[in-house]
Amino acid sequence: MDTVSDMNKPILSVEHLSMKFGGLVAIGDLSFQARRGEITALIGPNGAGKTTVFNCITGFYKPSEGMIRMTGRSGDEFLLERMPDFRITAHAKVARTFQNIRLFSGMTLLENLLVAQHNTLMRASGYTILGLLGIGGYRKASAESVEKAEFWLEKTELIDRADDPAGDLPYGAQRRLEIARAMCTEPELLCLDEPAAGLNPRESLALNTLLNDIKENTGTSILLIEHDMSVVMQISDHVVVLEYGRKISDGHPEVVKQDPRVIAAYLGVDDEEVVEVLTAVGDDHVIEELDVEPDPDQGPAASSSMMAGPISETIGHSGENEGEVVKVSPQASKALEYDELQAARQKKAKAASAGTKATARAKASPKPAAKAKTAKPAEKPALTGPAKAPAGKAAAEPKKLSNTLAAPRGGTPDKLILIKGIGPVNERKLNEHGIYHFDQIAAWKKADIQAAEAYLAFDGRIAREDWIGQAKALAKAAKPAAKGGRRK
Amino acid sequence: MAEAVSTPSRAEVANPFANAFRQAIYAGLVSFGLFVLFIGLKTDQNIRNELVVVQRWGLLALVVAVTMVGRFIFVAFVQPALERRKAAKVVTTTQVAAPGFIRRNFNPIAITLLFIYPVAMVLLFGFQGSLKWVDNFGIQILIYVMLAWGLNIVVGLAGLLDLGYVAFYAVGAYAYALLGTHFGWSFWILLPAAGIMAAFWGVILGFPVLRLRGDYLAIVTLAFGEIIRLVLINWREVTNGSAGISGIPKVSFFGLMSFNVSDPTYISKVLGIAQSGAYYKIFLYYLILLLALLTAFVTIRLRRMPVGRAWEALREDEIACRSLGINTTTTKLTAFATGAMFGGFAGSFFAARQGFVSPESFVFLESAMVLAIVVLGGMGSLTGIAVAAVVMIGGTEALREMQFLKYIFGPDFTPELYRMLLFGCAMVLVMVWKPRGFVGSREPTAFLHERKAISASFTKEGHG
Repeated sequence: MDTVSDMNKPILSVEHLSMKFGGLVAIGDLSFQARRGEITALIGPNGAGKTTVFNCITGFYKPSEGMIRMTGRSGDEFLLERMPDFRITAHAKVARTFQNIRLFSGMTLLENLLVAQHNTLMRASGYTILGLLGIGGYRKASAESVEKAEFWLEKTELIDRADDPAGDLPYGAQRRLEIARAMCTEPELLCLDEPAAGLNPRESLALNTLLNDIKENTGTSILLIEHDMSVVMQISDHVVVLEYGRKISDGHPEVVKQDPRVIAAYLGVDDEEVVEVLTAVGDDHVIEELDVEPDPDQGPAASSSMMAGPISETIGHSGENEGEVVKVSPQASKALEYDELQAARQKKAKAASAGTKATARAKASPKPAAKAKTAKPAEKPALTGPAKAPAGKAAAEPKKLSNTLAAPRGGTPDKLILIKGIGPVNERKLNEHGIYHFDQIAAWKKADIQAAEAYLAFDGRIAREDWIGQAKALAKAAKPAAKGGRRK
Repeated sequence: MAEAVSTPSRAEVANPFANAFRQAIYAGLVSFGLFVLFIGLKTDQNIRNELVVVQRWGLLALVVAVTMVGRFIFVAFVQPALERRKAAKVVTTTQVAAPGFIRRNFNPIAITLLFIYPVAMVLLFGFQGSLKWVDNFGIQILIYVMLAWGLNIVVGLAGLLDLGYVAFYAVGAYAYALLGTHFGWSFWILLPAAGIMAAFWGVILGFPVLRLRGDYLAIVTLAFGEIIRLVLINWREVTNGSAGISGIPKVSFFGLMSFNVSDPTYISKVLGIAQSGAYYKIFLYYLILLLALLTAFVTIRLRRMPVGRAWEALREDEIACRSLGINTTTTKLTAFATGAMFGGFAGSFFAARQGFVSPESFVFLESAMVLAIVVLGGMGSLTGIAVAAVVMIGGTEALREMQFLKYIFGPDFTPELYRMLLFGCAMVLVMVWKPRGFVGSREPTAFLHERKAISASFTKEGHG
């Protein structure tokens, strides 16, 4: 077998996976692939069966039906559903972390990482017997394992606490240690079960850096379950969305984010409501038009309720608000529909990339045959519903931002989320309005702030959180950093 | 009564004696109320077999007085002293005192003392007088140290609660007793054989209980211990039932010197010294000491090996172990087998020392005793376990020596019979004082910068 074709094969392909617990179908006929060298995210509302998929992949559950095929770097294929859990890690090289951290709390950080190298050390110690007698290369292997542990402790910035018990670490550090421990098994596929749960934004950012670093430097592919959309959207190359154990969307994060079925799943639209609104709205033309140009504002995170708190950047929080919008009376809905259509037309003229995006999405979402029927109707109202409020506002108030750019300077926008108060959603919105850099925000005047607040549905938050000040400081800090980055 | 003074007011602190006096009065009243019927009146039979009430006001007065005095002393002197000490402790906690010389070098000092112990006993009491000290104390304690160190691998490291450990001890003892008496094989061949046999039975036990955890595991291992004992009792053709096996050959000094007076290679003939039974005991003492040290050495080595770390990881979190590619089945089995092997060694030594084995030596109480030593010493800590063995076994043996108690409690009093009482009290006290055993902290097996003991609050006891 030539290695080139092997490298192009997906590292993990899940085919028709089903998991039933008695009468409960936790996963039903799920198929997806994780490509080598990529970060694949598995998202979905609570109880969607994400962790069950993980447990099937890592052998903690035996699936009721289906096949999970893992292709190793050497071209070896493993059928994970047939292997006992410890062999999956040892031979198929799949490592995992847990949603509720499972460290060896009474052992030091170093020991935790040494336990992870158990199989290598076992072989080096001649299955204990030679090592016990002091024969063979155990001493050398042991020194090497400590070195490797040190490497990962440095990577995860835990080296100073190497000799402390793992249970003594703060929560965020425990999460990092768990990833380091999993990496010490030299996995080809790293499965992370909600690695950002309970992390503050700063730690979450550090986690993104760590995961990208792992992806780029170790050749380990990553499969992750995550609720924190900032993590998913920033680092994943591929997103699979589950709902009630079934796949509802699959593709690039930008595409998935705008997939009406995903939005519906996260916002909790009932089927009855879907039909009702559909018949009320009823205009196929409108729906088609909106489908071609998905309003970027309709992103689930666009509701103002979500912006109220810094942590509520996850989609799940916005449920109630959007649900209301869907339930508006037919009359009002139609009226809003018009506004929206206007807004959509305006944007269509503006955004050149829209057409290509839409086609990409159409390709990237192969639907399971069974799902297609129900998915179609769900698409329309979900799309029109959430889109209304913000779009209407945007249309009513033309932009007044003074210092916009057509494209980020040098092709790379600054990370606006570093400003406290700006989440990934706001960042995207600002980018759409031509705000890419800290210095642009720093230069905002009163009118600009008002315009931005109106657009972001904020009232006084920009001033309250001192975005301008923060941006000034960050712009100053960014300059030397950027230079340093380039030198590297 | 202690609750009454738990929050001393300002006045009480200012005048401890007045308060103590008041407390003493209360204590006297309470004790009078309690004891007036217990002690003050006693029903008895007179010469005509009639029931009569005997009044013992003097004794009652004595008891009440003792209570009052005791309370007075406690409140007036002991309590303030304790509080002063507490306050002093709070002040001095800022500077951590470096452990003393003895503490730092406890292990080498202890091992040296163990090696010179028989010599010292012989010098002090002569050959005949040292027998008791070397045999009853030295050997007896060291057997339990070895057993507890063996069980420590299963319970302390791997976290598998084993209540049937005595089964492996029995397997080792009977392996040596049967093979030694029937085939006349040497102890030095049968020692490893007995170890392997016990390890084999450890695996046999291990297989069915692999899936069990916690209480269930404990019950099954308990049953296993009883099965082995019942088989020993009932399989008369082989084990001679409850009559046991006697005439088990003595250990020889690698065949060079024997300890049988009739043998041509008898030690006193070879070395040209006077005959004495103490030589054998001293030899056995060193033998069990070396066996115990071997156990400790292997345990320490194993902890630094991947399998030892896997045992401890298993105790901490089994699921995480499996997620790291550790085969928990074989890891558990190796823990059972290794622990059982040391039990087997100890068993064959026990048979050689006694010269007689019967199922009565392998009752559940022995398992409980060994487990108690492990728990009391601090699970996983070799030093703590050795100290606990000295306290528990030495303590019960020491009771035999306390003949002066007969003068207090009357000539019918046999202090040995109170050993279970002492055993229980000691356990309760130690567990109140140090809930995780004498040495609760855990020594890490590897370190980068400095070796720090891990507090017991982080380590887990395991759950099966």
